[in-house]
Amino acid sequence: MGPLVPEVIGNELNFIVAIFIGIAFGFILEQAGFSTSKKLVGLFYGYDFTVLRVFFTAGVTAMIGVIAFDHWGLLDMSLVYVNPTFLWSAIVGGLIMGLGFVIGGFCPGTSICAAAIGKIDAMIFIAGSFIGVLIFAEGYPLFEHLYMSESWGNVKVFESLGMSQSLFAFLLTIIAVGAFWVTTFVEKKVNGIINPELNHKKLYYSLTAIAVVIAISAFALPDRKENLLKNVNDEKYVASNEVKLMTSDELAFRIIDDDKNIQIFDLRLKKDFDSLSLPKSNNYTLESLFEKDANKFLSLKNKKNIFIADDEQTARKGAVLAMKLGFTDIYVLKGGMEEFKRDILYFRLISEGTTQSEKDTFRFRTKASKVLPELIQKNKEKQKSGGDNKPKRVVGGC
Amino acid sequence: MNEKKFMNPYLAGFFLGLILLATIYITGRGLGASGAVKSVYTAVVESVFPGYTSNALYYQEYGKEHPGNPLKNWLVFEVIGVVIGAFISGLISNRLKFKLEYSPKSTLKVRVTGALIGGLLFGFGAQLGRGCTSGAALSGMAVLSTGGLITMAAIFGGAYLFAYFFRKMWI
Repeated sequence: MGPLVPEVIGNELNFIVAIFIGIAFGFILEQAGFSTSKKLVGLFYGYDFTVLRVFFTAGVTAMIGVIAFDHWGLLDMSLVYVNPTFLWSAIVGGLIMGLGFVIGGFCPGTSICAAAIGKIDAMIFIAGSFIGVLIFAEGYPLFEHLYMSESWGNVKVFESLGMSQSLFAFLLTIIAVGAFWVTTFVEKKVNGIINPELNHKKLYYSLTAIAVVIAISAFALPDRKENLLKNVNDEKYVASNEVKLMTSDELAFRIIDDDKNIQIFDLRLKKDFDSLSLPKSNNYTLESLFEKDANKFLSLKNKKNIFIADDEQTARKGAVLAMKLGFTDIYVLKGGMEEFKRDILYFRLISEGTTQSEKDTFRFRTKASKVLPELIQKNKEKQKSGGDNKPKRVVGGC
Repeated sequence: MNEKKFMNPYLAGFFLGLILLATIYITGRGLGASGAVKSVYTAVVESVFPGYTSNALYYQEYGKEHPGNPLKNWLVFEVIGVVIGAFISGLISNRLKFKLEYSPKSTLKVRVTGALIGGLLFGFGAQLGRGCTSGAALSGMAVLSTGGLITMAAIFGGAYLFAYFFRKMWI
């Protein structure tokens, strides 16, 4: 599951990856003709719409790819950098960049690309951008208020607009394809420019059709995550899936025995988990089972994955969800933490019973009720010093 | 030998989209450019005026976000790659040449001044807007960031808005 950094690809190797990604990026920008200012500003004077075509095709391709990867569970979007929204600095900064675009004829990425093939105007542009950064850095106290105002956090545009992700992706794709046709028409009829490579009408009709089909399929693919969550919140659905149960006694025994092959997924509230958590357990919610952290542990081989919650039913939800996500060796704590607390942690029984098995149980539970609280306390201290090692969102942006 | 033709824009866009998708899948972040200028600038200031950077607010905030050597930054490495990639592309398409391009209706002086001021404005605007056409607009669109799309609209909207006043520089 992506992102591959930092687990699969280490932070140092990531720098090497950056160089290769940069090479591909620079190569494509130059091949597309972004190394000449005349072609770039053509967009704003209506004589060359290359920038629009490349930019929108790239944006829509990547957007659909990200949505699809997220849908198939290949990418944990909670770890991907989403540019934060600061309304006023985004607008004012953007307008200043627009002004810089028509005066300078480049943007930062294209200027680097153009300078690499010897464009002197691009080198001057880069020198200018250093001065721009200098002014911002030295005058920062003056701009800080504008820079920080109207902070909306890492919001997504479809949330801001109050629509579904599928609908927004569909609309954006349609707008992009529409813009391609209109601008080609403008180039041809208004300016009399015929771009020879854009003359294969049939090809472009079919490409448009493909784009529309892909855009519509965004609706056909119902949100997998929402669907699964809806399913497991339905009692009948959960009951129709058979899950393996583990008794409080077995779980207690495995913890005391320091069994290396168990890992516990605790679905209780964060505050309950913080006040009392079993060794080898981590706190999750139904939602966070979709994320990379849970994915990493659940996909470990030869581990018994035990789901616990206050009641058995909630733990069953998590277990069924994990099974539907394709994981195996899933167990549910029978009777939930309530029974575990009653029978093990706070075990108080006067009579030791009559049959041999009742006597054994009594002895084990009496011992466990002494040993386990100590283990829990030790584990708590260890966790405090170990700190929180859940993966964090990547810091990106410019 | 003549310069080779540019790539079909839709094909180039499709490839660029795949590169961006791969970048997000591998690293969890998007592409960028202006951030590298900021890192290089900060590194220069740190080495020329050591001590100064720990006092000024901007560098403190930068240090908080990017601990360690400012040059050891993902975007700096990516931009080194961009230079190499663009150079290779120019080489195989016969476009490597020192050249200062400007419209026949404009003058050298106007173009040089324009490039410098344009770069200055873009560099400043990209700091204020938290990213440029690559880092905010394109990468922001891929992850459907509200801020990224607002910045994109403002960059292109602004360029159309101001284009009329600078038309003599280009057409």
